[in-house]
Amino acid sequence: MKKDIEQLPQEQFERVHIDSSKAERIEKPSLSFWQDAWLRLRKNKAAIISMVVLVLVVLMALIGPHLNGHDGTTQNLRHANLPPKMPGIEKMGIMDGYGNLSGEKVDLYAMKKVDEYYWFGTDGLGRDLFTRLWEGTQISLLIAFVAAMIDLVIGVIYGGISGYFGGRTDDIMQRVVEILIGIPTLIVVILMLMIMEPGLMAIIIAISITGWIGMSRIVRAQILKFKNQEFVLAARTLGSNDSKIISKHLLPNVLGIIVINTMFTIPNAIFFEAFLSFIGLGLQPPSASLGTLINDGFKVMEFQPYVLLFPALVISILMIAFNLIGDGLRDALDPKMKD
Amino acid sequence: MVKYIGKRIIYMFITMFLIATATFFLMQTLPGSPIQSYSKLNDTQKAIVEKKYGIDKPKPVQYAIYMKNLAKGDLGTSFAFKGKSVNDLLASRMKPSFILGIQAMVFGTIVGILLGMIAALKQNTFWDYGSTFFAILGISIPSFVFATLLQYYVGSQWHLLPVGLWNDGWKSSILPSLALAMGPLALSARFIRTEMIEVMGSDYITLAKAKGASGFEIAFKHAFRNALIPLITVLGPVAAGLVTGSLVVEQIFAIPGIGEQFVSSIMVNDFATIMGTTLFFSAFLIVVIFIVDILYGVIDPRIRVAGGKA
Repeated sequence: MKKDIEQLPQEQFERVHIDSSKAERIEKPSLSFWQDAWLRLRKNKAAIISMVVLVLVVLMALIGPHLNGHDGTTQNLRHANLPPKMPGIEKMGIMDGYGNLSGEKVDLYAMKKVDEYYWFGTDGLGRDLFTRLWEGTQISLLIAFVAAMIDLVIGVIYGGISGYFGGRTDDIMQRVVEILIGIPTLIVVILMLMIMEPGLMAIIIAISITGWIGMSRIVRAQILKFKNQEFVLAARTLGSNDSKIISKHLLPNVLGIIVINTMFTIPNAIFFEAFLSFIGLGLQPPSASLGTLINDGFKVMEFQPYVLLFPALVISILMIAFNLIGDGLRDALDPKMKD
Repeated sequence: MVKYIGKRIIYMFITMFLIATATFFLMQTLPGSPIQSYSKLNDTQKAIVEKKYGIDKPKPVQYAIYMKNLAKGDLGTSFAFKGKSVNDLLASRMKPSFILGIQAMVFGTIVGILLGMIAALKQNTFWDYGSTFFAILGISIPSFVFATLLQYYVGSQWHLLPVGLWNDGWKSSILPSLALAMGPLALSARFIRTEMIEVMGSDYITLAKAKGASGFEIAFKHAFRNALIPLITVLGPVAAGLVTGSLVVEQIFAIPGIGEQFVSSIMVNDFATIMGTTLFFSAFLIVVIFIVDILYGVIDPRIRVAGGKA
């Protein structure tokens, strides 16, 4: 064996020199935290598909109400209770305007002499359900986003102050939170809605009145983790004041978790709005949200299932999309953190 | 530990006191009056009714009386169901809600645990993706959407099970229980999956494999038991979800339970019943969360030590 090696021609070998000055060279471009997270998120197919779906739903919520020339509040009793009819698809045997009339399949559009198309049908008052669906989605999304933003602002400020200043301040603030967290969200929300004038603002306030607690606890825990680390000490030594340390040094580090948490607050708010509207405490007619539309649909489910079908589909899609994006973001922003 | 439990109990009482006080004063600011449905009465008669229910006295006196009765466990008299005490109303409505809740809980957690285990043991296979997708559906789709779908297809289209009401024995409890079970099912499936994957990577599993234990034995005797402990922590949210769910699911299936009564008492401004049910739900959730925390400490010795020192 040893002999074989010795028989190899010497000239085929070349001495490799390690250049010690190049040892520290970085081959790959260095990525910021967010670029790195994006690389990881991009691999998560479910999250990416959800993002596309979500963008589509938001777009439809914005332009949907103007697409077909009907508006969501005009009542036209002559056109009431029409089933869905969509040009193009109608030839395939679905959404062709046929509906049940005393057990028989009848073209209700021909019978009522309606020439227009109602893509998702009409309700008992002859309002176009396609327009109402997207108007409702708009309202539901609006409520969810505003509630999530309020949660975010209050939660971050409360948790930030409590965590950063610590001591007596923290003690008092945490006692308050401990008591508030014992009160079931559902109870507070229902009680708040009962005493306020029903409407958009009431729902937003009711949802955010205890919603910020979760966020404040997470932010506080994170601030506690970071505030004694060297970079904060360095900033303080260099003369930064408290507000600058919080906004420039601590918050960027906590941002990832804030984003993740917001992604789970939004679907939660959508659910609560729909839930409240469903039991009759939410928005009042004629305004529509996904919850009121589902409630309307539930009442006529037996005869016109399509009234229920579309809003139920949209809310399910929204909830799934937000949850999947939240999961994806969590894995991407904080690979160590699981469930 | 004793100190910790004592502290928690004190907090529970403070919380309940605050909820009771807040509920009482919020009720007073409500638009409408509980006796507005007695509109045929003239002023004298109204005064008599008000006197009978004790709502003619000044608010602080009413509050004191209410709190005194509450301390004895008396929730007052319903306005809508004349002459019935809220305690009796709750007691008569308890059974259906209780049955549904227990069934949903048991079914949901068992199926959820199985799904989670399959997903963890067959990680990154079709089974894993299937059960993870199912769990996402369960977490995302609101219970009332799921309930209406079940009612429409299984109940009214395929005629397999009763559409609603509570008069067909066990059969009428199946659909609402299923609708309620989706939440616990999804939560526990997700939770067990993450826990199992973590446990399967630990040293004692490697040891069990090295000493030649079968895959089944490892999964159930070693991994599962350790993955199960943290599952207790999700029981709190699950219980809260069941209460929320029961409000709509009982409404949808027309089940004479506490949730259904709560919603209808809101509609008719029945102050006493609203307050009684609110306090009942709050007490239930607070006690569940308390028990969960204590149980967790009892089962996992590491937490018990930490709790004792705190």
